[in-house]
Amino acid sequence: MLTLTSPHKTALHALPAGRKLAVLAVFTVVLFALNSPVALGMALGGVAGIYALGGGGFARHGLRMLWPLWPFVAVVALWHGWTGELQTGAVVILRMLAAVAAANLVTMTTRLSDMMAVMERLARPLSPVLPPRRLALAVALVIRFIPVLSDRVAQISDAWQARSARRAGWRVVAPAAWAALDDAERVAEALRARGGAG
Amino acid sequence: MERSLTHIALFAALIAVLGFVPQMTLPGGVPITAQSMGIMLCGTVLGARRGALAVLLFLALVALGLPLLSGGRGGLGVFASPSVGFLIGFPIAAFVAGLIVERWRAPILPAATAGAVMGGMVVLYAFGATGWALMLGKSLAEVQVFLLAFVPGDLIKAVLAGLVTQAIATARPGALLSRA
Repeated sequence: MLTLTSPHKTALHALPAGRKLAVLAVFTVVLFALNSPVALGMALGGVAGIYALGGGGFARHGLRMLWPLWPFVAVVALWHGWTGELQTGAVVILRMLAAVAAANLVTMTTRLSDMMAVMERLARPLSPVLPPRRLALAVALVIRFIPVLSDRVAQISDAWQARSARRAGWRVVAPAAWAALDDAERVAEALRARGGAG
Repeated sequence: MERSLTHIALFAALIAVLGFVPQMTLPGGVPITAQSMGIMLCGTVLGARRGALAVLLFLALVALGLPLLSGGRGGLGVFASPSVGFLIGFPIAAFVAGLIVERWRAPILPAATAGAVMGGMVVLYAFGATGWALMLGKSLAEVQVFLLAFVPGDLIKAVLAGLVTQAIATARPGALLSRA
């Protein structure tokens, strides 16, 4: 399965994940404390500059990741264009874009395995209730179950299609759920047979 | 123990797979996705505690950088977007849906549908609208209008979640951990 890490290598890829996350946290807190469109515009400009340093492909990837925000930008722009409070509208839009772009930047420049290492470190205080091994196993199981579940749905849709001219639609959900639950039972048995989930 | 773990992981994967289903457009042009049905099913099938854990596991994978939210979204950016209220509301929605199925000893179809409506709509909307209001600098009354667009699609999903839960209760009663 694809991750959101950018294949275009940048200098940020080499930095340790924990440090990037700490900088992101501070940057986000500062963004929410700022209330002037000029300062927020400069923050967004700074983030955009880092994207630009990564090269054209990297910057385009970053823009694609920001695209789902357009309905919010449109609604806020129309709203404040109508009420005339342009400054408030600009603050909301600039802060939203800068915060999301900065967070995406960390995701795009950090490998999944490095993120997982940080998560395991952060989850260490929880180890009496949630052993790190069990958390890692759960994450691995989800990543493995996703294609298995997709295949099950595809098989059952094919079987439906072989018998009917109509589309299967939601009717495949129940049989797919039964098959998936059976798979989960068998994985549980296999785990028990191999010494349990720890 | 192992059974809890595999079922929690399975339902976290189910939320992701339902997010890959292409979104449909309701009459009126409102897009609906199947993903929130996954949140409802986590609660109604797994129960309050395991359902919430499955959703938290799913959100952890999204935060780690996997594009599992509907439309291929993911990463840390979605937690800084105006929709963050919905993400925070997801595990609580599953918990409430599960609690209703566990506590209300009605037949499974009405109990699961009611759980899906209370968790996946009432609770989730409360968190989602609060998130919009805070992130966009609006009042709750001003953003509520936008929720109306989701009501028809979510009602359909709640009934489907009820039917799927009933189907699991009939064919695999042992797997219905919310009533185990």
